[in-house]
Amino acid sequence: MSKRDGVLVALAGQQNAGKSTLFNVLTGARQHVANYPGVTVDKKYGQYRDAVGSVYTVDLPGTYSLTSFSLEERVAREFLLGDRPDVTVNVVDASNLRRSLHLTLQILEMELPSVLALNMMDVAEGRGLQIDQSLLSERLQLPVVATVGRKGQGREALREAVRAEASRQVETPTPPPVLVDYGPLEPIIAQVQQRLARFKAIADLPQRWLALELLEGDSQAVSILVERLGEAAARPLREAIGSLIAEFEQQQDMEISDYVVGCRDRAVERLLDGVLSGGEQGRKTLTERVDRVVLNRWLAPGFLLLTVFAIYQVSIVWGYELTNVTWPYLAKGRELIAGLLPSAHFLVDPYVRSLGLWLVDSANTLLNYVPIFIILFACIAIVEDSGYMARIAFILDKVLHRFGLHGQSTLPLILGGVFAGGCAVPGVMATKGIPDNRARMATIFTVPFMNCLAKVPLYTLLLGIFFVEHKSLMMFYISTMTIVFALLVAKLLTKTVLSGQETSPFVMELPHYHLPTFNGVARRAIERTWQYIKKVGTVVLAVAVVVFVLLHLPGLPEARKAHFQQEAEAAIERFEQALAGNPYREIATGANLVPLINYYSDYKRAKLNATGAEASQRVTERFQARNADFYPLVIRGGDRDAKQASRALRTLARERQKLRLQMREERITHSILGTIGRGMEPITQFAGFDWKINVALLASFAARESSVATLGVLFQQGDDENQTLEERMGQETREGGATALLAVSMILFFALYPPCLATTMMVKVQTGSYKWMAFSIIFPTILGLAVSSAVYSIGMAVGATGIEAMSAVYWSAFVLLLIVGLFSDRQASRLLRQRFSEG
Amino acid sequence: MSKMPERGGAQTLNDIRPGGRVRIHRHHAEAAVRQRLLDLGLMPNVVVTVVRSAPLNDPIELKLEASSITLRRHEAITIEVTSEDSES
Repeated sequence: MSKRDGVLVALAGQQNAGKSTLFNVLTGARQHVANYPGVTVDKKYGQYRDAVGSVYTVDLPGTYSLTSFSLEERVAREFLLGDRPDVTVNVVDASNLRRSLHLTLQILEMELPSVLALNMMDVAEGRGLQIDQSLLSERLQLPVVATVGRKGQGREALREAVRAEASRQVETPTPPPVLVDYGPLEPIIAQVQQRLARFKAIADLPQRWLALELLEGDSQAVSILVERLGEAAARPLREAIGSLIAEFEQQQDMEISDYVVGCRDRAVERLLDGVLSGGEQGRKTLTERVDRVVLNRWLAPGFLLLTVFAIYQVSIVWGYELTNVTWPYLAKGRELIAGLLPSAHFLVDPYVRSLGLWLVDSANTLLNYVPIFIILFACIAIVEDSGYMARIAFILDKVLHRFGLHGQSTLPLILGGVFAGGCAVPGVMATKGIPDNRARMATIFTVPFMNCLAKVPLYTLLLGIFFVEHKSLMMFYISTMTIVFALLVAKLLTKTVLSGQETSPFVMELPHYHLPTFNGVARRAIERTWQYIKKVGTVVLAVAVVVFVLLHLPGLPEARKAHFQQEAEAAIERFEQALAGNPYREIATGANLVPLINYYSDYKRAKLNATGAEASQRVTERFQARNADFYPLVIRGGDRDAKQASRALRTLARERQKLRLQMREERITHSILGTIGRGMEPITQFAGFDWKINVALLASFAARESSVATLGVLFQQGDDENQTLEERMGQETREGGATALLAVSMILFFALYPPCLATTMMVKVQTGSYKWMAFSIIFPTILGLAVSSAVYSIGMAVGATGIEAMSAVYWSAFVLLLIVGLFSDRQASRLLRQRFSEG
Repeated sequence: MSKMPERGGAQTLNDIRPGGRVRIHRHHAEAAVRQRLLDLGLMPNVVVTVVRSAPLNDPIELKLEASSITLRRHEAITIEVTSEDSES
């Protein structure tokens, strides 16, 4: 990234030091989020203006130190080394100075001009700690500013200090202070520095820092050396350093990195001597008192369940109710656009109209979830900011870890809909916080196995057809098999494709409880929702176009077109005959016919969408105003002639509807997607899927909701208007020899089926690679097909009923889960024992 | 959870019951784990208190000065400790 005009400032600090809050305070609303090149770590940056000019600010990932052991640390360090910010604001937790200053010393060793922000001063004061700021500033030779990010305190002072430090660096640059005395290691550092000084290619790097890192054996420092000097020049240097390391470690009987940490710790102790005073002894902090209850061995699971239930209730249940309020607005928007598009013809609509409405429908499907997402993301922000998130991990880590997941996988799985009704998109988004990369990836790939809101209609449909008498048992299977499958798949993936992914130790801080601020929560909720709309929306629209084309091309053969045209004309003729001698004939026929019939269907839809008598009245008025001539024909309560005309119109509308559905079905049958669906039959027949089901499953990739709708179209026979989809599907599939076994096969496939398009986009965002996105589509497809085929084929062979097959699958998966769980426990303790006897 | 094996004399953090106060003697972990332990302040000679173990016995929570740290038993077993007087 290139340096902008003005000053470049980086915010560095340890986790839980309130760095991001302070970043918000410092930059205000003008923020952007991007990724660091090649990795999925968020790069937040923003800009503000002070009296002199603009200041470009980057929020680095929170890191405890600056080694190359973790991705975040590497990213932060690369930025500090490569971009050389004019000023580094080192945010420290004033209530935990001793630990925080270790990072400060490392930043200073990198010779970065810095300002120390003593954040969370209120917490420190609340704990009775006194900090002599001027003495600390003098000892560190750094400007020190006290801040309380959560309350927005200290912003101006910090901005001034940043500006002053930036100007001072230009006017009177001073060499950085040497604050740590490494004792017997000092002459060795000097020796390495001397050797390094011979190379111009590394002259821009902080020399003492580089020497120290090389002595610590830091892998990134070594690769910088090799990269800049070339393998040949670097080798003798590395060998010389290697022997220095060996010699020193033998003398001191400890590793250099431990030795270095020890020296820094003593330096911190000296720095803080006389600076830090007070602090209560023995009195329990609020956090400790709360945890005594919340993390109590027996009570903790209850509190966790309560929290999960609260989040689920507030966001999914209430949020879903909220969508009932917002949906009419989206529907209204659709009507508005439908009015702008060229109007419908009697049989075949112009492409502009059908594509336009198709796109609006696709967008509405996504936008419909926005209220749920805002609430959901706000809930997550509250759980994160309060400090409870880390405690969820603490409570559940043991179980999840056994299957390759992480304690913090809990929330993503819940959001995905562990039991019933969630959404994989926020689930995948929420994996961001999982510190262990392998577990994070495993979580990303298992979240889509949860029961998202859009899978539920299909389950309901199938249970209604095939499992009337076993409904509750099937519901139990469906709502609990998610976690069984997810755990097994997570284990499988971590042992295979993900085994090379980086893991990090489960050694983390349980932060102190904080009351989340309204601003912080609202900002994150809106930010994440917007990210969803932006990233997912655009791609979904693009794919919607593709699916539209696949469903419409190559279109009906001419002969069939002519056939439908004939049918339509016959229907119109019947209509005209019915109106013979009717005074309304003039208004209803000829050029008026198509507008009238469109008017009629618009009116019917508007009446359906209107909720309450008042809204219904408004619809009446609107349609009266739109065309007073047509109006008597669409209501049922006109004069005798109007009634007769109205009846004829209804018949015509029904016939038109029937013809259009037949055409649609034939069109889909002939479409590219239909051809693909038929082409897949040789494979999918083992799972019992015919081409119609294939098409529905393919179309459901664009949005899950559409699977039931597509099935609806495909199983539409039109012979009997009053049959529900359940009846039609049941009848037709049973005629085809299918049984409840097919339903089980479909349910299993749907449970394991690839995530919807929106989710795969999120997978791309969270894994940062198209390769993994492709994997998230291909792997579940194969898995789902394999499981469904096995169940269907074996079930057919042994003549199992649907419920028998489902029970067999469920309980064998369950037993497998127990075996895997217990086995990995055995293995873990054996490893421990081995390690122990070596130690 | 299977029983942890005995080891001649030396105790690890894994053996300490909730409420126990211990002084960290040395680490057997390597690389990233070791670094993280040190970063969080679990340095040799530092005194920590074992606060509790999770409902399923693993991981455990430690208190070190003002901060609470959690780690798996898998990591705790790599930390050699000596007992201090229990908290008064």
